[in-house]
Amino acid sequence: MSELMVKAEGVHKSFGRLEVLKGIDLEVRRGEVMCILGPSGSGKSTFLRCINHLEKINAGRLSVDGELVGYREKGGKLYELNEREVARERAEIGMVFQHFNLFPHMTALENVTLAPIQVKDVPRSDARNRGQQLLQRVGLGDKLATYPVALSGGQQQRVAIARSLAMEPKLMLFDEPTSALDPELVGEVLDVMRQLARDGMTMIVVTHEIGFAREVADAVVFMDDGVVVESGPPAEVLGAPRHERTRAFLSKVL
Amino acid sequence: MATSKLTEERPTGRPDEIKAVPVRHPGRWIAAAIVLVIAASIARTIISGAGSKTVPNSGFQWHVVGQYLFDSRVLHGVVVTIYVTALAMVIGIVLGVIAAIMRLSPNPIVSGASWLYIWFFRGTPLLVQIIFWYNLQALFPTISLGIPFGPALIHTHANTVITTLVAGLLALGLNEGAYMSEIVRAGIISVDEGQSQAAQALGMSRLQIMRLIVLPQAMRVIIPPTGNETISMLKNTSLLSVISLGELLFAAQTIYDVNYKVIPLLIVVSIWYLVMTSVLYVGQYFIERHYGRGFSRAQRATMRERWLSIGSKQQ
Repeated sequence: MSELMVKAEGVHKSFGRLEVLKGIDLEVRRGEVMCILGPSGSGKSTFLRCINHLEKINAGRLSVDGELVGYREKGGKLYELNEREVARERAEIGMVFQHFNLFPHMTALENVTLAPIQVKDVPRSDARNRGQQLLQRVGLGDKLATYPVALSGGQQQRVAIARSLAMEPKLMLFDEPTSALDPELVGEVLDVMRQLARDGMTMIVVTHEIGFAREVADAVVFMDDGVVVESGPPAEVLGAPRHERTRAFLSKVL
Repeated sequence: MATSKLTEERPTGRPDEIKAVPVRHPGRWIAAAIVLVIAASIARTIISGAGSKTVPNSGFQWHVVGQYLFDSRVLHGVVVTIYVTALAMVIGIVLGVIAAIMRLSPNPIVSGASWLYIWFFRGTPLLVQIIFWYNLQALFPTISLGIPFGPALIHTHANTVITTLVAGLLALGLNEGAYMSEIVRAGIISVDEGQSQAAQALGMSRLQIMRLIVLPQAMRVIIPPTGNETISMLKNTSLLSVISLGELLFAAQTIYDVNYKVIPLLIVVSIWYLVMTSVLYVGQYFIERHYGRGFSRAQRATMRERWLSIGSKQQ
């Protein structure tokens, strides 16, 4: 077990000729909560998607729990992982999306139990018990048989969090989890995330919720134009930003 | 302030229910009357046009229709039509799913092969394809199955393998596969990309994602046009009468070739096609309802509810 959960060194990512990440260096320790802030188009979501290999990086090194993401190193040479091996890496990393992406043709409980049954071969009854517990934990014990369409945005996002937790991930990625929610529903999702942080989950959260970052994060990263502009404890980055770009951004969102 | 004054002046309690004279729709009544008059005159022609005693084989001859409706040869034709339709649709759907997935493959050779298949079978008339398959033994008198460019394992005459039924099923199935692949492809594309990404993030394999996430959602888009295709297929089986396959139309033809009662027997045939397509409508309704689950808060109104609501004010 490595003390570092995520380690990024000079991570570059381009879409065609557009360079979105221009050398990202950062470290997330086990049990730590990191919030990534920044204007839209700054590359923060892309970086998050690189961590579970939904996007392939073009240069640099990115590892999770001491293992390279998407590659294996042998004798100083990089070998691409095959589909199975990539899936195995992904199964240990939970991801929560801005638009929830629940499976609409399945009930809340079926959404939560699908991956454990299919990917980890958990017996159906065990998966159901565990799924019920998880949905109760996010406050949806009475919505087991409800289809996503009949749930509010906040409830859908909480099911999505439970769905990720069902795989017992060692790292959770949140991609603007509250940006698509009505203002009065943001609190219930942040509450669940706050509880998760308290239970010791390692989390990387791309968010615009400055209050949440200040309260929950161990480290805050400010990204702009594909680079990390400033990082450190929330009191420093949010309370006394050193960089002009950070100050300008914070004055707009606060 | 103006707003506070308004609040003060508003009377307490709920205002009276609106009682207004509804808008009249004279146009609707006129249109309905015209349609009814035309329908009545058509019905009169059909019923009274039973044929004259002096001119043989004139008119609809309803008693002949009744006589042949349950004739054993006709019933046998109905059975053949049903199983040819079912088998050809199964072949078509399987080929369609395979061709659609191939078409979406990143491998250009694989997607190109699928494109070529669709281009050929959509671009030539079905009737030509049917006659072509039927005459295949003229092109290849013998058929060998084995390792490509290697030894043949099975070696036989085309005539014994390509029977009328096989030729008919090949023609209908291959043609249907080309159309179905476009329907399936449209269904797959209609599923939001976020669905695959969420499934990928959970560690599911490509095959699992296709089978458990994408295809079940694509079905909602695939089912209605597939119902249309099945109804088309049911009727297209009648084209197989040109290669003397004993389906419903061919059964009727063998009867009227002898007794010349063409019109009544075509009516018999039409009645059976209408009965079969009506059964398909009912089946489609239930399949659509199954795959539509989770996509709307309330299930769509049932047929009965819609008829009842015609009389209500909201219509």
